[in-house]
Amino acid sequence: MSQSRHSRRNTRGEISFQKSEAASLSEGENEEKTGALVVLRRGLQVSPELRTGAGLTVLMALIVASGSLAIPVLIQQILDQGLRGEDGLRSNFIYISCAIAFFIVSFVIFAQRATYNRLVRVAETTILELRVRVFRHLHRLSLADHQESRKGILTARVTSDIETLSQFAQWGAIAWIVDSVIIVGTLTVMAIYSWQLTLVVIAIYLPIIPILKAIQQQQFLKYREVREAVSETLGQASEAVTAAPVIRSYGYQSSIRSKLEMANQNQYRRQIKAHKFFALLAPVMDTFSALSIAGVIVAGSYLGPDMGLTSGEMIAFVFLTTILIAPIWELGEVLDQTQTALAGWWKILSVLDVPIEVHEPESGEKLRPGAVEIEASNINFRYRTGSQILSDVSIRIPAGTNVAVVGETGSGKTTFVKLLARIADPTNGQITINGVPIHEIDAESRHTSIQMVPQDGFLFDQTIRENVAFGKPDASKEEIQTAFQSLGLTDWLNKLPEGMDTQTGSRGERISVGERQLVALARAQLANPGLLILDEATSAVDPETEVALVSALERLSQGRTTISVAHRLSTAEKADLIIVFDQGKIVETGTHQELSTQNGIYADLHNTWMGNTQTI
Amino acid sequence: MQPPITQLEGSDSNQFRRGLKLISRSLKLRPFSHAIAITGACLFSIAAVVLTRVLGYATDDVIIPNLDNNSLDKRDLWLAFTLIIAVGLARGLGAFLRRYFLAGARYGTELYWRRQLFNQYLDLPMSFHRKKSPGELLAHADNDMMIASLALMPLAFTIGTFFLTIVALVNLFLIHPAIALIALVLFPLLAAMNKSYSQRVVAPASSVQEAVGNTSSLVHESFDGILVVKSLGRGDQEVERLRESAEKIRKHRISVGRLRAIFEPAIYALPNLGVIALLMIGTWLIDKGSLTIGELVSAIALFGILAFPVRIAGIFFEELPRSVVALDRIDEVLNLESSQHQHQGTKAISSEPSTLRIENVEARYDDQLILNNISFSVESGEVVALVGPTGVGKSTIADLVGSLQQPTSGNIYLSNTLLNDIKPSDRTKTLTIAFQESFLFADTVKENILLGRQFTDRELQEAIEIAQANDFISHLPDGLDTQLGERGVTLSGGQRQRVTLARALIGNPQIIFLDDSTSSVDPVIEKRILDGLRTRKNISLVIVAHRLSTIKLADRVIFLNNGVIEGTGSHQELMRLEAYASLAKAYEKAGVDS
Ligand SMILES: Nc1ncnc2c1ncn2[C@@H]1O[C@H](COP(=O)(O)OP(=O)(O)O)[C@@H](O)[C@H]1O
Ligand SMILES: Nc1ncnc2c1ncn2[C@@H]1O[C@H](COP(=O)(O)OP(=O)(O)O)[C@@H](O)[C@H]1O
Ligand SMILES: [Mg+2]
Ligand SMILES: [Mg+2]
Repeated sequence: MSQSRHSRRNTRGEISFQKSEAASLSEGENEEKTGALVVLRRGLQVSPELRTGAGLTVLMALIVASGSLAIPVLIQQILDQGLRGEDGLRSNFIYISCAIAFFIVSFVIFAQRATYNRLVRVAETTILELRVRVFRHLHRLSLADHQESRKGILTARVTSDIETLSQFAQWGAIAWIVDSVIIVGTLTVMAIYSWQLTLVVIAIYLPIIPILKAIQQQQFLKYREVREAVSETLGQASEAVTAAPVIRSYGYQSSIRSKLEMANQNQYRRQIKAHKFFALLAPVMDTFSALSIAGVIVAGSYLGPDMGLTSGEMIAFVFLTTILIAPIWELGEVLDQTQTALAGWWKILSVLDVPIEVHEPESGEKLRPGAVEIEASNINFRYRTGSQILSDVSIRIPAGTNVAVVGETGSGKTTFVKLLARIADPTNGQITINGVPIHEIDAESRHTSIQMVPQDGFLFDQTIRENVAFGKPDASKEEIQTAFQSLGLTDWLNKLPEGMDTQTGSRGERISVGERQLVALARAQLANPGLLILDEATSAVDPETEVALVSALERLSQGRTTISVAHRLSTAEKADLIIVFDQGKIVETGTHQELSTQNGIYADLHNTWMGNTQTI
Repeated sequence: MQPPITQLEGSDSNQFRRGLKLISRSLKLRPFSHAIAITGACLFSIAAVVLTRVLGYATDDVIIPNLDNNSLDKRDLWLAFTLIIAVGLARGLGAFLRRYFLAGARYGTELYWRRQLFNQYLDLPMSFHRKKSPGELLAHADNDMMIASLALMPLAFTIGTFFLTIVALVNLFLIHPAIALIALVLFPLLAAMNKSYSQRVVAPASSVQEAVGNTSSLVHESFDGILVVKSLGRGDQEVERLRESAEKIRKHRISVGRLRAIFEPAIYALPNLGVIALLMIGTWLIDKGSLTIGELVSAIALFGILAFPVRIAGIFFEELPRSVVALDRIDEVLNLESSQHQHQGTKAISSEPSTLRIENVEARYDDQLILNNISFSVESGEVVALVGPTGVGKSTIADLVGSLQQPTSGNIYLSNTLLNDIKPSDRTKTLTIAFQESFLFADTVKENILLGRQFTDRELQEAIEIAQANDFISHLPDGLDTQLGERGVTLSGGQRQRVTLARALIGNPQIIFLDDSTSSVDPVIEKRILDGLRTRKNISLVIVAHRLSTIKLADRVIFLNNGVIEGTGSHQELMRLEAYASLAKAYEKAGVDS
């Protein structure tokens, strides 16, 4: 009977083992060293919501605890007073005390209900806010931060790590609050009956602390391995799925299959290993509970008569011992969940500590509408891991110019235009827009004025219309149509089975690569920016469409500065200014006329291009 | 993206039958683990009931004689002591067996199902992947799998609970029929409350699961498209989108919490109310002399162990329908097995110079006609350019000849053998495709080129040189052994393209299909690549091209327009076609216009 109400709040732990097993690869380096109190303090600081009504919660936990103590006390009272009073059975006494107990037990049902409701509400509200905060912070981190970590890890911080916390809030956290009150309450009542026997019980239970701690530590380590293994399996599976065409057309199945099998097996082995410790908790707990009951009976038998202990008290004491077991058992089981949750919490909190590199100003300067002027002076840039990508780049681009950026692949063109769109900040040097340093410009205003169409037209798994409206969610259907129309894409759009409402599939895989670029262009056009940056934005589009697009954009370039990176040099021929990159430096600038007569890189590129282009 | 889990169609009994099927599948996979776990659960049940009897015995023979009459029999005391310890250990052993072997049963079942799932992902035709989003397929291996096997966890305990109920009732009858009567009222009440709880919690619990899944894909996509989000400055809107989605999780979790707050305290309090009734009737019986105090204690203790197992059984019935639905989603993929082998050819083809012939091929996506009655052939050593406007279906042809998609009518022959009849390994050796989108694995550059195939270092070097990749690869920190990031993010677009090019060129493929493979490469390097390709004798090239340089390399140009071949011939011959001329001369015209 020791398990009388064993793990009552943790029934799910018994069956589902709600370890968050989802992806999370870079398990923090120092998570074990971070003490619970440190995490708690920092956590409370970040989520002050948690503090609200803490006193009330403890009070209610006290009421709940008193419910579980009512029954043993009732048993003792009835056995000692009701059953064997002076004159035999005292029916009235029994009825009254049963009625009181009935009242207490029923009242506790409602108190407990209120406690649960409060705790769940507070926890979920806190978790919602935390999730949103972390997500916002992650979005503000630099592109480099994103590219250097696996996507799964960032996703995990906002999903599975948060889920761990939420699960903990539902089981572990409630257990800690209610169980510790029950333990203290039970020990108090026990001590009132007999402090000597209480000491015996405590002495029997003492060794459980190091044992639980050892098991818990193993569990924690093993479950971390499980999570790593799961994330590895999912990573492999993700490639197997996304690279399906490549795998099939290169007969890569068997290598991938054995990789998947290895990951799968490994995951299985780790899961079994980790579960062993969970299983081990049961006999440990049962041994201690048996020992404590048996110990109480033996000690009570020897000491009881001298202490004047009544049999009712002794029986009540045995019941109290069994009641004490339940919360201890439960705490033993949630220990590991607690550590996982704390570690997860800490990881989440640490995300908030990753510095934001691109700081948006509080009240920045607004850009006036219309074409912008750009000046880059002595900018250098390196990705964190690599060597210098841009060195000493200086250029002035007057408002309204049409600029072509050319150069070998890997020479830093994409990197350069990313800096102009402030997707990253230069390592040193300064960029000014309309004479204002770029980091002093209001973010909102910058985003409306500067639009960049990246090299690979990433689309969201939505309709074409939603994708175009992504940059301007309040755009009407007509506005979107106009955007397509002004680019001369109406015919193309009408050919699609469902026109603007065609689903693009994840990453846009349900339309052709060139078509994705068309959508991305319309997206930028809709915003009608003062600076339009096209990074090989038409590379997969056929020449006729491309030329039509370029001239459409030219028509639209009134009041707009345009910077295009392109390998098809027809764009460069007409540009007001050509910037030639080579190995991270600007090596030539000028118009087509000027550059094609110099014997430089541009002339070389252009000659090759011409040789390639001219019809025979 | 995921179909909602809330759709738990079908009647209760039908659900339950399918639940039994799920369980029997797992039983067949892991019979021993399940058997031992169930044995453990039953041992646990017996020990738990026996322990209550031992306590009764200790009360009557040790506690009461000792404290009330001052007559302690040491033998009785130590017998009670030994029994409690022994039964407690037996109970612990039972719980250990149940927990440990359940893990084997559950994860072993998952292991098997997941392996089958992965095999399907690798073996099913590409058309399968076209219909499903990667997120959905990953969810099958992750979340669906976890939920599908969830009902297995409380299975043994539930069987143990039935066992416990019977043993407990018999035991109570042996103590006193009146006491058994209380239990007979209590049990159904407990079961009814449980059932009511389970029924109500299924819907919001599924909604939680669904909301969590949706939030997860939202986050994933949002980070996947981070560059777009950043360049358009939509970060704040993304945050709002997340908030909306996460708010749903909160809402449903609170609903689940509310149900839990209503039912759980009541379910756990019910046995306590039973104990109060027990005390009233029990004291009366004791007074009459038909019950001992020990028997009453034993009955009280028994009532105390009822709620928890009954709750577990409730959870089992709660989880089962959800597991069934999750497994259904997985089965949808697993059951596709039969159709797959149709496409698995067995014929070998000679390694002689090969030809490619496409006859009257029609291709559709869903019902949309993309290619209509396309026929052309590529002779050995010939260079053919595929030209046509964006979205005409050039990449679709690549998919067709790569057997990634089946034509809705018409045939494709490789070396005069029907493409579908050819052994896949022969096909992939003979014909390689450099896809328009360069997908790189998170592996080394070298492995990305080799893809598990065996080639000599010389062949590797040669391919890299033709693809003009040697220069930048040698600048990478570890050269060929440099580990690339996910999808190769740390390389520039043109660099990625050249790695995929080398992948297609390596070894001695007879036919190479290049789908716009130099679009991100500058003209100078492109020219070098094309020059390099020309030095290779006896290979056929099909090149999807937008640049005249490439087109001019071709022996023959195939011009696609509006889903049909509008012309075939040399570049000059095709210039007579108005549509072709305007496409080919677009750059020149643009130059003239300005
Ligand atoms: N996230 C990154 N981390 C490290 N190196 C990078 C990253 N992105 C690009 N690079 C490197 O920076 C160089 C310039 O890249 P990029 O600006 O994309 O070239 P371009 O656009 O001119 O082809 C390349 O050598 C590339 O490998
Ligand atoms: N998975 C898909 N589902 C539905 N339609 C598709 C899918 N892939 C491509 N399409 C459509 O088929 C047509 C041909 O595409 P594709 O062969 O990629 O053209 P391209 O000639 O540009 O390579 C396009 O209109 C495109 O929208
Ligand atoms: Mg680039
Ligand atoms: Mg294409």
